[in-house]
Amino acid sequence: MKQDQQVPQPEKGKLLQPKIKVGIVGYGAYVPRYRLPAKEIGRIWGNQGGYPVKEKAVAGLDEDVITMSIEAARNALKRADISADELRAVWVGSESHPYAVKPSGTVVAEAIGAPNDIQAGDWEFACKAGTEAMVAAMGMVGSGMGDYALVAGMDTAQGKPGDALEYTAASGGAAFIIGPLNSALASIEASYSYVSDTPDFWRREYQVYPEHGQRFTGEPAYFEHVESASRTIFAETGLKAQDFAYAVFHQPNTKFPQRIGKTLGFTPEQIAPGLLAPVIGNTYSGAAMIGLTAILDIAEEGDLILMTSYGSGAGSDSFIIKARKPLAQRRAKALSTQDYIARRTQIDYATYLRYRGEIRMR
Amino acid sequence: MEVPRIWRLKKQRYALQGEVCPHCQVKIFPPRDVCPECGGEAKTPFSFSGQGEVYSYTLISNAPAGFEEQAPYTVAMVKLNEGPLVTAQLTDLGDEPVRIGMPVEMVTRKIRNDGDERGMIVYGYKFRPVMAK
Repeated sequence: MKQDQQVPQPEKGKLLQPKIKVGIVGYGAYVPRYRLPAKEIGRIWGNQGGYPVKEKAVAGLDEDVITMSIEAARNALKRADISADELRAVWVGSESHPYAVKPSGTVVAEAIGAPNDIQAGDWEFACKAGTEAMVAAMGMVGSGMGDYALVAGMDTAQGKPGDALEYTAASGGAAFIIGPLNSALASIEASYSYVSDTPDFWRREYQVYPEHGQRFTGEPAYFEHVESASRTIFAETGLKAQDFAYAVFHQPNTKFPQRIGKTLGFTPEQIAPGLLAPVIGNTYSGAAMIGLTAILDIAEEGDLILMTSYGSGAGSDSFIIKARKPLAQRRAKALSTQDYIARRTQIDYATYLRYRGEIRMR
Repeated sequence: MEVPRIWRLKKQRYALQGEVCPHCQVKIFPPRDVCPECGGEAKTPFSFSGQGEVYSYTLISNAPAGFEEQAPYTVAMVKLNEGPLVTAQLTDLGDEPVRIGMPVEMVTRKIRNDGDERGMIVYGYKFRPVMAK
């Protein structure tokens, strides 16, 4: 018998559950001020309706994934009641990191006052980069390597002018601080990830806009992965849709999360609080995570929440989260997600092009 | 290229980190290691809250090199709650008219590119109207 076969392995199923119980000790959202209505995009390209969202959030001229992650992280720290000194990781998940080479995490860490003793690499997995980092943070805290890890899912998503994605590709996201259960606002009971090589959406190096597989982005991509991850976590925990107070899914448009919610047995009432895509668009790496912040803004002690993300290429991370007592008093320490959504300045298509850097200035 | 300078100033620019005088307790920004009030040595770091109000402002239409793409924009002198006066851009004004006395809060934003888009991105403080809860 080889030496490594003697190492005792715990008996376990498919769930990802750390040895030390972990939870969300702080959370924060960010949505930029500007909104581009879908009908304004339709006006330019000759479409008259059937839009996937009402409007989308657009980053200002001086915003990017780093600045937006800094604000979400500051909000998460306010609610966490810990000093930034205690963080052992600052991880940003995005598909629009401002630099091709140079981590976003180090700038965010410096700005929020995190120490030098941290992990700060960037994460990329299309729209599930942030939740992938969240699983890693569970592992880091759950193994005892560090007490607190901050993860952000944030994007200033790219959509080719005239393409179907232009209506939804939005800016915004959220940050979470993962820490030990005793200081948590909500526990993370379990997670599970389901991935496969599915080419539904991609962006090659040096390309400005992504390519996508049109209708291929539905059944074999979004629905297959979100449903598989959610059903597996149900099967492994014995929970079903009726046991949850809320559910939030990756939301590339309004219809997809509504349809998968129905398929899994959720009511529209369970889905509504976390379904922000109609009013802010698809914030890519931030989409499921910011939906979760809107739920945490209203959840009561004991409420169970299902979050299942989706990232093209493709995969889903599913989490079972349970609200704890400190949530009710701690959430008022930072701006709510709805506060950010209420701050709204409508822009036209020309201003949108300017803010996106599409107007050639020299 | 100003890389070393940008790097040296990062703490004050990203997070309004200044100093507090250990002799007369005056809060100092930008940090200068000597207290402007009592002349004593003052090297104790102090993180400002970022809250303040507009002391005065002006609209920049003809922007200096590196800022052309952002014009027109508003630059204000902001009186921080802790005392010092700082000069910074206002951002996210929306349709709100700027007024003297307007409560503002610090946000970390992109200030400019160092050179062109091949240079590093310079981040730093700006102020926006205090957001309603």
